[in-house]
Amino acid sequence: MATGIKDKVAILGMGCSRFGERWESGAEELMVEAFTEAVGDAGIDISEIDAAWFSTHYEEINVGKGGLPLSVALRLPNIAVTRVENFCASGSEAFRGAVYAVASGACDIALALGVEKLKDTGYGGLPGGLGGTLTPQWSANASAPGSFAQLASAYRAKHGVERDELKRAIAHVSVKSHANGVKNSKAHLRREITEEDAINAPMIAEPLGLFDCCGVSDGAAAAIVTTPEIAKRLGKENIVSVKALQLSLSNGAESGHNSWDGSYFHTTRIAAKKAYDEAGIGKPREQVSMFECHDCFSITEMVTMEDLQLSPEGGAINDVMDGFYDADGQIPCQIDGGLKCFGHPIGASGIRMLYEMYLQLQGRAGERQLPKPSIGMTHNLGGSPMSNVAAVCIVGAYE
Amino acid sequence: MVGITAFGGYVPKLRLARQAIVDAHVWADPSLAGKAKGERAMCNWDEDAVTMAVEAARACLNGDASAPGAIYFASTSAPFADRQNAGIVSTALSLPEGIASLDIASSQKAGVSALLQGIGAVRGGLYESALVVASEKRRVQAGSPGELAYGDGAAALTVGQEGVLAEFVAAQSSTVDFIDHFRGATEAYDYTWEERWIRDEGLAKIAPPCIEQALAKAGLDAGAVDHFIMPSTIGRAVAGIARKVGITKGAVADNLHGVMGASGAAHPLVMLLHVLETQAKPGQTIVLSSFGQGCDVLVLRATAALADYQSANGIVDALARRQVENNYQKFLTFNDLIRLEKGMRAENNDYKTALSVTYRKRDMLLGLVGGRCSQCGTLQFPRTDICVNPQCHAQGAQEPCSFREQPAKVLTWSADYLAYTADPPSHYGMIAFEEGGRFMTDFTDVAAGEVEVGLPVYMVFRIKSVDSRRGFVRYFWKAAPAAR
Repeated sequence: MATGIKDKVAILGMGCSRFGERWESGAEELMVEAFTEAVGDAGIDISEIDAAWFSTHYEEINVGKGGLPLSVALRLPNIAVTRVENFCASGSEAFRGAVYAVASGACDIALALGVEKLKDTGYGGLPGGLGGTLTPQWSANASAPGSFAQLASAYRAKHGVERDELKRAIAHVSVKSHANGVKNSKAHLRREITEEDAINAPMIAEPLGLFDCCGVSDGAAAAIVTTPEIAKRLGKENIVSVKALQLSLSNGAESGHNSWDGSYFHTTRIAAKKAYDEAGIGKPREQVSMFECHDCFSITEMVTMEDLQLSPEGGAINDVMDGFYDADGQIPCQIDGGLKCFGHPIGASGIRMLYEMYLQLQGRAGERQLPKPSIGMTHNLGGSPMSNVAAVCIVGAYE
Repeated sequence: MVGITAFGGYVPKLRLARQAIVDAHVWADPSLAGKAKGERAMCNWDEDAVTMAVEAARACLNGDASAPGAIYFASTSAPFADRQNAGIVSTALSLPEGIASLDIASSQKAGVSALLQGIGAVRGGLYESALVVASEKRRVQAGSPGELAYGDGAAALTVGQEGVLAEFVAAQSSTVDFIDHFRGATEAYDYTWEERWIRDEGLAKIAPPCIEQALAKAGLDAGAVDHFIMPSTIGRAVAGIARKVGITKGAVADNLHGVMGASGAAHPLVMLLHVLETQAKPGQTIVLSSFGQGCDVLVLRATAALADYQSANGIVDALARRQVENNYQKFLTFNDLIRLEKGMRAENNDYKTALSVTYRKRDMLLGLVGGRCSQCGTLQFPRTDICVNPQCHAQGAQEPCSFREQPAKVLTWSADYLAYTADPPSHYGMIAFEEGGRFMTDFTDVAAGEVEVGLPVYMVFRIKSVDSRRGFVRYFWKAAPAAR
């Protein structure tokens, strides 16, 4: 009988590069920047790392395939490096690999590092991909915002929400993240906006305007994990441990079977339930102190609040407008600015979310430090509402 | 008795107002000012001769399970010079692979030639029935006379011996290398000689004897002809031919110039459908003529069955499904007549198509054939080894099932300004079929603000994308608003 991951693995150190349009840096420099911080934070020597997991999504415009880009960039001591890719949830996947390696006892210390160099494409937004030899011959001519925008149409139809009401709620989602991003020196976008700015912004994919879409950023993030015992032996205090780590993937039902209504993430609901069970959280709305949600688009964040059981079904709009998820609300969300403003270098994002939860739990989040958080959660999503990878990770103080 | 047993027509929904064309060019050619009346049918960016042929043939067959023995596809604007275009149409309609197919091209009379070949084959006993499809999207240069005179469209007919609507009576052909216009094998556009010469030395001299011989074979007096069908973009040319032969003025059929323009090799058949639908009475005589390096002339007689026949979608229906376009720039854009900045995202279409995949999945990609689980009955697209129903997941249990005629509704949607399309915003979303099955697909022929959750849609065969570097057109099905 599986016993789950709770408290088997501790975070020894973390690092995160500055996110943004890093015209001066390639993926290699970004990896070194994140790793240097992480290894310094861990207080170990590079030779103590037993194995590494490396996440990156767009290998074509980035570093290429395989684990070698990480091994070479960091001059790792000829250890195993596994490249993982699971769309925008790739970072969580790298973290999972490292955590499971430590939990299994195969490694004492493992590294997870994610990177994405997106700004070498020549245009704004994410590059399109073909998705194989069959898919481009029949799948819709969709962009990322257009894929997620469809949530809004189904959510409105299901809950009887007027377009204006929805536009204002998702505008508030972005306003809140912009306000948070101002306080983060590593964030890509650091300017406050108003709801009117968001509502009146140029249309990207109905009903999502420019400010409903997250930044397209370069960046890297790293986590070094070990067992709580080793962390203690190394003299660590305020140890943050992994409480739950769950992944759920679509199996084609949402996109091919008429049992899904298009307004929510089937996989997020499954991953969240399993994660709460694994972490022993019975009342998430009361027990989760803060969370980083995969806010690739404002509408994604809004419906995800219900999928994570934090808002009641159909109740996210009220919670958003009540400030429930604002920095001074009951469950602050995207306290670091989120994908929206910290930025979204795809392979790094899952680890970037953990970086903020780790800093907050250790009381090291500076200007944006929340009062005594005990449970932090990350929600990292890849794919589209119709077919996706949902990763939910819960971290907290190790007792 | 051999003759036409069913028919269906197609005209693109978009109608470009001629005023918009004239407004763009009148500064250079003031004589255009008088030609601004009416509208020309205009393909959407994702339509071509093959897609229109599929829609016309689909309406003609209207779910008839008895497959024709052969399919004839006539066009001078077929997208493929060497890949049987008739085969694309056939596969899109899931016709059995054991039928004959033939493309007929290279002349404006190709449509009537195809009908003649179909009639000949059925009369000769080669096939029980034949499907004849003529479709045309003639390329024109901006500012050319054809831009105003032509229109895109298609017509399909089945030829057989049962349930004949218009009986074959007689035919006469002629072959004369009269070059009113030509298009070299490597050229995109026609090169056209002077209209007066075409009218006086070509039409007026070549057509009448052929028509007279056809009538003689039929044992008919020209004065007894009830409907004289002959397209020409030259004013009064057809009236002159009728007068010369002795056909009454009232018998000359409407060439539909005002409502769609001349659809090239398809136009005689488009006009024939229009006559059959709106005017022809049982027992009446129809002369169907075409002109292009000679003539093909058919004499037909409407039967009593015509009175009760209702096409699933005839030319009248097709003409009624109409959206006026006043933006000439769209015509230029859709027809590649302007060097437009498409943005780097358009480069996403620049990939070679895996032809082995296209072939392996031909029933899915061209025929919109998915699966029906024989264990739980769930409809699904695409067809896979394991049933998509979470309560079933039966393996190897799916039977082919076409989604072409399944009604569906919009479940989710967006209008996307980021993804490249020739006609932004790109509308797409999930559609759910009423009997089960769903997928995310492109929408087409939608106006801004028209799409909403629950909107009824039906599937239409369209260009998915074009690999212009290699000259390959990829086809798939899209959802269009159901008002048909």
